[in-house]
Amino acid sequence: MQLSREQLVQAFRRMCTIRAFEERLHDEIATGEIAGFTHLYCGQEAVAVGVCEHLDAADKIVSTHRGHGHCLAKGCDVTDMMKEIWGSSEGLCKGRGGSMHIADADVGMLGANGIVGAGAPIAVGAAMSLKIDGEGKVAITFSGDGACNQGTTFEAMNMAVVTKAPCIFVFENNHYSEHTGFEYAVGTSKDIASRAEAFGMKVWRGDGCDFTSVYETMREVLEYVRAGNGPAAVEFDTERFYGHFEGDPQNYRGEGELDRIRETRDCLKIFRAQATGAKLLDDAELDAIQQAAIDDVDAAVQAARAAPRPTADDVTKDVYIEY
Amino acid sequence: MAKMMYRDAVLSTLHEEMERDESIVVLGEDVVGGMGTAGGPEAIGGIWSTSTGLFDKFGANRVIDTPISESAIMGAAGGLALTGKRPVAELMFADFIGVSLDQIWNQIAKFRYMFGGKTRCPAVLRMAYGAGFNAAAQHSQSVHHILTGMPGLKVVMPSTPEDVKGLLRTALRGDDPVIFLEHKALYAVEGEVPDGDYTIPFAHARQVRSGEDVTIIATGLMVGIAEAAAEELAEDGIGCDVIDLRTTSPLDEEAILDSVEVTGRLVIVDEAPPRCNLATDISAIVAQKAFASLRAPIEMVTAPHSPIPFALELEQAYLPSSDDVEAAVRKTLAYR
Ligand SMILES: Cc1ncc(C[n+]2csc(CCOP(=O)(O)OP(=O)(O)O)c2C)c(N)n1
Ligand SMILES: [Mg+2]
Repeated sequence: MQLSREQLVQAFRRMCTIRAFEERLHDEIATGEIAGFTHLYCGQEAVAVGVCEHLDAADKIVSTHRGHGHCLAKGCDVTDMMKEIWGSSEGLCKGRGGSMHIADADVGMLGANGIVGAGAPIAVGAAMSLKIDGEGKVAITFSGDGACNQGTTFEAMNMAVVTKAPCIFVFENNHYSEHTGFEYAVGTSKDIASRAEAFGMKVWRGDGCDFTSVYETMREVLEYVRAGNGPAAVEFDTERFYGHFEGDPQNYRGEGELDRIRETRDCLKIFRAQATGAKLLDDAELDAIQQAAIDDVDAAVQAARAAPRPTADDVTKDVYIEY
Repeated sequence: MAKMMYRDAVLSTLHEEMERDESIVVLGEDVVGGMGTAGGPEAIGGIWSTSTGLFDKFGANRVIDTPISESAIMGAAGGLALTGKRPVAELMFADFIGVSLDQIWNQIAKFRYMFGGKTRCPAVLRMAYGAGFNAAAQHSQSVHHILTGMPGLKVVMPSTPEDVKGLLRTALRGDDPVIFLEHKALYAVEGEVPDGDYTIPFAHARQVRSGEDVTIIATGLMVGIAEAAAEELAEDGIGCDVIDLRTTSPLDEEAILDSVEVTGRLVIVDEAPPRCNLATDISAIVAQKAFASLRAPIEMVTAPHSPIPFALELEQAYLPSSDDVEAAVRKTLAYR
């Protein structure tokens, strides 16, 4: 761990916020208070944070249906996001988008997305735009092991290569697309990065449950792409701690699998072991950070519950700017 | 007669037809579920439970779990159909026609015509559609109006378990490509299903309720909404002739025109946005072919011209309701 204390605290705090946000949603969804389809990011926090800690608001990201972690890591406001998930008119998208469509262009977050594979081409366009601007900024698209099978992702990879767009394809391999195993659905010798390589990109691989691995890998990837070498791809091996959607019975998991990954592959536990082992932070400090994140999320939930509701008149607003 | 859920009507028909006809092949995302996992095949059995047990019974050649590749799923359905198979390809959400439309529209729909009538493309493309789950703008849409306008496709929208069975059998026994639209909010609805090997021909509308004052036309989920409105109105002595079209292509024009001839007043209920939808289409047909029968302007109850919003209140306001239908009926009756 070569990060400063301050940087470590911030990274841990962000991962804890995502964890607290998702675990709270898990509970709230069970009571039926939240409507719609919600896909939780628990288990993958180190990827979103390890990537986004390198970015500023001028760098862009495009996310997926499992987007809360990417949004929070990129700087979307916790309370505004919670209000959106509650469907309030004060939500980040005025209650029109919900969990699957959270976006905040002001912080460079170009949207979660309900269409698997839709993000990669959008990121290529954003990267082309950033290339024109010439300030060394990048666009990053997050894709799952399922999304990597979509033709749109293939097309985007090739187009990024031929246009030398400063685009980074981050593949989060959590081993499942809904209820299908990636060993079945991904034909390339059980590996996504080699596909990107075949399209002509330089690729990296990292451990998506280890913040340090993600962060250090991304340092190299970003140096390469910001230097004008064109696109790159990186595959992070990671874990999904909950079902595909809330209510998923998860019969496809192996015996004891969830206990095992929560024990040995939890990015918060791994971070804690590293930080305390290197005597950079102690358990009490880490506990306090974790608790502060939980408190923040609780405050966001209270705010979301009390927030104003949209009315029927709002349905047809913002379809166009002028019509 | 047996009581059965809409989703079970889909599932049992697939089981029965696959047994009857060896050329039927099912494909789609998670239609097996659990492939490549510790839980193994059928660990889930399809997210809508409309393909459970098929893999176990018919094996991997005929029940094909696909990667997330809608364009290739639809295209493969075309290839299977051109080579003597009867594919039943599932789009998990109808909204995903966006990813796969070329294969549906430029390929499957047009093969027979472009190839001089020398081929058959008996592909049945099943897709779950419709709003009501706060699933927002990309997982809630109605697409029948888009696909109905495409020559070469037949479009089916069953509203009851009985119709699911009869219409799916017809789709699977016919030789043309069929879009089979299953409303998500109907999957858990139960209804009586006749015994025996019955089929329901396309372009045969169902009279849901008879009445002589106003004709109400609907499909899918909107049929129940029209029925509820008609029930309310009946208490005020207003008789509604409620017609479930069952298929939008081909269309049972006769049923519509015959009813309007009697009532002279027409309300069309459509879950799609208001422009170029089923309601405008029927409206044009009636205006042209039954102009003299009309005693009031045609009323259309549709979704607004907007994407589908997420929040509970917004989606409720977006969807046509039985109150909206009731108001439209009263409006047409109040005309002059
Ligand atoms: C075009 C499209 N096809 C299918 C779906 C349904 N769906 C939503 S998420 C998902 C699995 C995605 O798997 P992956 O890319 O690995 O992401 P993960 O869920 O693991 O984060 C599927 C099939 C969709 N939303 N969009
Ligand atoms: Mg995955």
